[in-house]
Amino acid sequence: MSFLDLKNVTKIYPNGTKAVHETSLSVDEGEFMVFVGPSGCGKSTLLRMVAGLEEITEGDINLDGQLINEVDPSERDVAMVFQNYALYPHMNVYNNLAYGLKNRGIDKETIEQKVNDAAKLLQISDFLQRKPSMLSGGQRQRVAMGRAIVRNPKIFLFDEPLSNLDAKLRIQMRLEIKKLQQKVGVTSIFVTHDQVEAMTLADRLAVINNGIIEQLGTPIEIYNNPESLFVAGFIGSPQMNFLDANLNNKTLSAENFEIKNIDSDYNGEVTLGIRPEHLIESENGLINLKVELVEQLGSDNLVYGQIKNIKDFCYRSPGNQTIKKGNTLSLNIEENKYYIFDKSTGKRVN
Amino acid sequence: MKIKPLQIVAHIILIIGVLLMVLPIWISFASSTHENVSILTEGMRFTLGDQFSRNYNEVLNEKGGWSEEVTAAKMFINSFIMALGIATLKVAISAMSAYALVYYRFKLAVPIFWLIFITLLVPLEVRIFPSYKIVSDLGLTNSYTGLILPLVASATATFFFRQFYKTIPDELLESAKLDGANAWSFFIDFLIPLSKTMIAAMFIFMFVYGYSQYLWPLIMTTAEEYWTVVMGMKIIYTESYEGVALPRTAERFAYIILSMIPPVLVVVFLQKWFIKGLIQTEK
Repeated sequence: MSFLDLKNVTKIYPNGTKAVHETSLSVDEGEFMVFVGPSGCGKSTLLRMVAGLEEITEGDINLDGQLINEVDPSERDVAMVFQNYALYPHMNVYNNLAYGLKNRGIDKETIEQKVNDAAKLLQISDFLQRKPSMLSGGQRQRVAMGRAIVRNPKIFLFDEPLSNLDAKLRIQMRLEIKKLQQKVGVTSIFVTHDQVEAMTLADRLAVINNGIIEQLGTPIEIYNNPESLFVAGFIGSPQMNFLDANLNNKTLSAENFEIKNIDSDYNGEVTLGIRPEHLIESENGLINLKVELVEQLGSDNLVYGQIKNIKDFCYRSPGNQTIKKGNTLSLNIEENKYYIFDKSTGKRVN
Repeated sequence: MKIKPLQIVAHIILIIGVLLMVLPIWISFASSTHENVSILTEGMRFTLGDQFSRNYNEVLNEKGGWSEEVTAAKMFINSFIMALGIATLKVAISAMSAYALVYYRFKLAVPIFWLIFITLLVPLEVRIFPSYKIVSDLGLTNSYTGLILPLVASATATFFFRQFYKTIPDELLESAKLDGANAWSFFIDFLIPLSKTMIAAMFIFMFVYGYSQYLWPLIMTTAEEYWTVVMGMKIIYTESYEGVALPRTAERFAYIILSMIPPVLVVVFLQKWFIKGLIQTEK
């Protein structure tokens, strides 16, 4: 049995909404697990069940070999960082960090020691006497993490902790969270709707949709081998391009091109997925893209255009190229870098 | 700086308001420093007289009442105890009941809240006979407990605390739970400190409410040692009407002035919190 074990966990709210469907998942000790999915997919509910803030309708959750379904949140030895940080507004930073320790009856000197250590680690030693209202967003974030770290819990739970920060700070904090987790080595679960955050932080990633884990794996596995249409569309930025196509006798025919010798026995209507970064310009390419808009990012360009009736098809070109609106580009797909999904079920077929 | 006409008008209105508030008090105070004879012959005064120490000394130390057992000083103490008890208990009970209503999500929380709320329609004066019956059955007449107890439940304060607690984000409770706080420590460590301005504001309201109670102490107390200031105002110098002596108007004014001091002190000491409680919350 692994460190954290979810077995057929289901959550049904009193009003009948089914937020989480029979989800099973294991997290190893020291692992950084990320739950990613669109809002309302049940990822936060799942996290809150681990924390004990939501009751479990069905299934079991084991933490460190102990069934914790009925264990009070205060007894679970888990720490959580909330989206709005939930710092204690009337206590200074020191007491914010010390409160959890005080409740556990730890003596004063040990508390002071632990708080100072955590503060040093997070570089918040200078404002231990300040109230949270006197801190900036990034500092509050650090205090919230300090409050989690100082207790040395079995597991860290992060509930979209970066979504209140501005873009630059978010990237910086993301890096710091990752470094910190590696340094402290505590098992962590991080919930986010931002796929970049998910990709960069995770040891393993659970892509959740409609209360079901669509795919579980390392970020790169999921990026390279999305098992469903949803995962393919959700992971990767800019989003994967989707085209309607037909698959018959290992030949895929899209609106104006064909791909032969496809490694699949499926026959029928499919959706073809191509990542913008898996396209290359070449003479007599498969796809003719009429350029409508170019976003120049410096390192590369995002080219949006039209292929016959398909709008907003995206191609990522190297940054040193100048592409003008109105041009037509001839594009090829990198070898085997395409994904075919059953149109009705969304399951991968190649 | 240029003064706008509108500002002048505003200030005139404010000055009129202040005069309306202050003048009666000033007249009472000025009159309280004169001899009874001169008030009787020349009416109330705007200027100070020379009888200040005599009149106030007499009010504080002379024994009054039907059987001449109680002094004004004793009544001040009684009123203070009563108001303090009522205010403290009202705040404590309301805060706790609001806590239960907001955080213990039992099904009847909302109906119970409205039940508490409609007791606003049934003030003590309306239920005075049943209240008296209960208190007297409990043997609490002529006691501080009897003066205080029937007045300690407060729908108003419960309502204000409830509204305030509802604005406290759920994450705070959840975070505290994960930090090992139980129901009691969440109340003590979080809700009380967060609502301290509110508590101060409620305390002032309730203190003044308790201090100005008239009917209840009047009915409740037969022993003069439990008389309160507001009762005294009606009763204490009545003997002067019965005899041939002059009405003791000056002493009455002195008594009125003195009776204003305790609530004023409470407001002065707590006003910093009081104003904060009305205009902002620390969240």
